[in-house]
Amino acid sequence: MAVVFKKTEALTDTVMHYCPGCGHGIVHRLVAEVIEEMGLQEKTVGVAPVGCAVFAYRYFNVDIQEAAHGRAPAVATGAKRVLGPDSLVFTYQGDGDLASIGTAEIVQAAHRGEKISVIFINNAIYGMTGGQMAPTTLLGQKTTTSPYGRDKELCGSPIRMSELLATIEGSAYIERTAVNSTANIIKTKKAIQKAFGAQVNRKGFSLVEVLSTCPTNWGKSPVESMDWLEEAMLPYYPLGVYKEV
Amino acid sequence: MAKNLMKGCEAIAEAAIQAGCRYFFGYPITPQNDIPEYMSARMPKIGGCFLQAESEVAAINMVYGAAGAGARVMTSSSSPGISLKMEGISYIAGAELPCVIVNMMRGGPGLGSIQASQGDYFQTTKGGGHGDYHMIAYAPASVQEAIDLMQTAFDVADKYRTPVMVLADGIIGQMMEPVEIKENTGNAPKKDWATTGWKKGERARAVVNSLYIEVEDLEEMTERLQARYRQIEKDETLVECYNTDGAEFILCAYGTVARICKTAIAQLQKQGVKAGLVRPITVWPFPAKAVHDAMCAPGVKMALCVEISAGQMIEDVRLAVNGEREIAFLGHAGSRVPTAEEIAEKVLAMRGA
Repeated sequence: MAVVFKKTEALTDTVMHYCPGCGHGIVHRLVAEVIEEMGLQEKTVGVAPVGCAVFAYRYFNVDIQEAAHGRAPAVATGAKRVLGPDSLVFTYQGDGDLASIGTAEIVQAAHRGEKISVIFINNAIYGMTGGQMAPTTLLGQKTTTSPYGRDKELCGSPIRMSELLATIEGSAYIERTAVNSTANIIKTKKAIQKAFGAQVNRKGFSLVEVLSTCPTNWGKSPVESMDWLEEAMLPYYPLGVYKEV
Repeated sequence: MAKNLMKGCEAIAEAAIQAGCRYFFGYPITPQNDIPEYMSARMPKIGGCFLQAESEVAAINMVYGAAGAGARVMTSSSSPGISLKMEGISYIAGAELPCVIVNMMRGGPGLGSIQASQGDYFQTTKGGGHGDYHMIAYAPASVQEAIDLMQTAFDVADKYRTPVMVLADGIIGQMMEPVEIKENTGNAPKKDWATTGWKKGERARAVVNSLYIEVEDLEEMTERLQARYRQIEKDETLVECYNTDGAEFILCAYGTVARICKTAIAQLQKQGVKAGLVRPITVWPFPAKAVHDAMCAPGVKMALCVEISAGQMIEDVRLAVNGEREIAFLGHAGSRVPTAEEIAEKVLAMRGA
């Protein structure tokens, strides 16, 4: 019988630790499929973050480095400079990692036009540490460190990283996507292809921001979480291509 | 080979290049800017990479990434910048990556001064970063020794897969001396653990990582590190004993201060006082046995530790002699360098007391 579908070679067989309804599993597979389809598995070095994706090094079936919290773009810079333009170096970072503790590293990697690709998961909360407020947490959103809802007077409004990074000259491809529907999942995969393509074609820094879900820390079911992403996150974080060189 | 007159920082940078270092990531801070400046001029001409990072934090993490990809790589900084690198150094130790870090110590705490100091001894030898790790630390007392130790540092880092620090003071970095730099000393071993892109069947998939979430796994890793540290203590400890045979007074000092002590010893000699010096060249591993044996020899009457600090290495000296001898201290916190006359006077005063 003909095989019509099989799991990508660029993922290991390790059972993932992610919660039911979490978007990480979807994005991991999309990234891995793109690596395999572009024939880049043997040239890829990944950089895993601190956060829920801290164990990404167990799942991506490529050489990989685990970075300190927020430092993945700096680690990726060091690796890319050694491995050269024929390699594919990507980081996989959450919103606490990238938009809070690692803002210097992400902004400066883009500023240098560092030829790396960044997969940025925005689920508006700290997952691994148990649901604290992130810079991307929406106004009024309740978390364990914003128990009365995020207050603009106290901690400002959520940060839009794609818009910010698109203003930087060194950015070659910046797109925001989501994983709340089949159509958006397919668009996310295409965005990852374009981001990796920008790197392979030596155009500069590339990033795909993926709006994703965290049912466990949002206190919602997986289905409710998809609805909340659509109703609450999409209006504040518009999808689309923010930079394409 | 003829000797060249070179500034310490530039000589150290060239020594690193001759040791096979082709990647440098750094951030400006006085008094070590001549190292990144030299690297920025040299690296593009030899197919290497100099990159000015956005911070010391980023620089040390670039070192992590480059070391993880198998390169001979270094960074340099001075005290406040080294504090920022400490997070990364802990991760590098945990991920078992080789690299070389130069610290041209300046006065502290805080912004302190830009003059020479030895105030980072605790930070260097007692951790600095978090967790159960050590870092080999070489403390050169001349520009020539700094050059030779730089070249040793890369080999030792690769041999043990560990971060290595060259712990100099601002004087070593800024002083000019006639020196000879050996060429092409670099001989990096094959690194089949490095993340270079994985072809199935050639080797295991490379994972550079310091996370061991299971207690048993972390214990296995730390026991591996500790076994390595015991081996380093046995094989890599370096010390100089100067004029110690038959000495009545034993001085203990490292770096530039040790050199000043030698001048003091010559001055004392003229006055009929026989003094000697035990000089740790590695401050970790600390040459405890040599220090003990020099200070506790039968003819020794008194011992003195001299530092440009409020007294940091003296704690290791006291541990080494373990109460067998009282250790006096001469030093200045901040950046004031003890003079040879001051040291000689202190010895004479102790003798008269």
